[in-house]
Amino acid sequence: MNNTYDNEMKIEFLSKSNNEAFARIAVAAFVAQLDPTLEEIADIKTAVSEAVTNSIIHGYEERQGIVKLICKIREKEVFIEISDSGKGIENVEMAKQPLYTTKANLERSGMGFTIMESFMDDVEVESVLGLGTKVTMRRKIKSNSQKEEFAVATIRGEE
Amino acid sequence: MESFYKKDDKQLIFKMDEEIDECTAQKIRRKLDNEIERYMPKEIIFDFNNVSFMDSAGIGLIIGRYKLANMLGGKVQVANMTTPVRKIFEMSGIQRIIPERKDCPKIREKKDRPQIIKEVQYE
Repeated sequence: MNNTYDNEMKIEFLSKSNNEAFARIAVAAFVAQLDPTLEEIADIKTAVSEAVTNSIIHGYEERQGIVKLICKIREKEVFIEISDSGKGIENVEMAKQPLYTTKANLERSGMGFTIMESFMDDVEVESVLGLGTKVTMRRKIKSNSQKEEFAVATIRGEE
Repeated sequence: MESFYKKDDKQLIFKMDEEIDECTAQKIRRKLDNEIERYMPKEIIFDFNNVSFMDSAGIGLIIGRYKLANMLGGKVQVANMTTPVRKIFEMSGIQRIIPERKDCPKIREKKDRPQIIKEVQYE
């Protein structure tokens, strides 16, 4: 497999809640070069927001730490890696279950991983207790010709 | 976030701001609860007309108010859902417990704007 990417960026920021908006907007701006649709951008922003919030709320539990975000592009595909050096997840499979949350008192809905998984093509979670968690996500942006085909199909479908 | 109270219909309306994530949810949670406890409304309506981004924190926020309203004998409804809000809503399945209104009740700017009784310092 070819490991080179067309473009790549990396940011690191403190685990502060107001950096959630910064992280997703930075990714959206970077991904804009692939000419995504509004919906594709919205999906990616939401998935980034979920992963970053998890690192801040669960990984660091409001302690201060560094969240790392790497975003890579190869052809029409976006690769996003969000990692922290927080407390780690004891049982990743359980954490991925819809509505499962360890922080119901903070009104966490337990939908984070479910949203990431349905908004992205692929989501992988690596976590080591006491060392941290890394979430890797992938999403293919539709090419212009695919968009046209989709538009034509939609119009035909409506007739 | 702006709130309005229609006294005649006992409706409390929250006009939500552009982005709802964990950060903004933390900031308005107390304010929403204070308004609900102050008015004890029959209907609480979240107006999403201005919302361009919402993640799962928004779902947590609404479910939290739903629980409080349930305790106080009120109902929670949503109105003017934008595409991104609707997507999260449908995925979470909360539309089963929180109905969508066709439209948000009309607000009479002067009459429905809550009077500030005393300055409350929110976080």
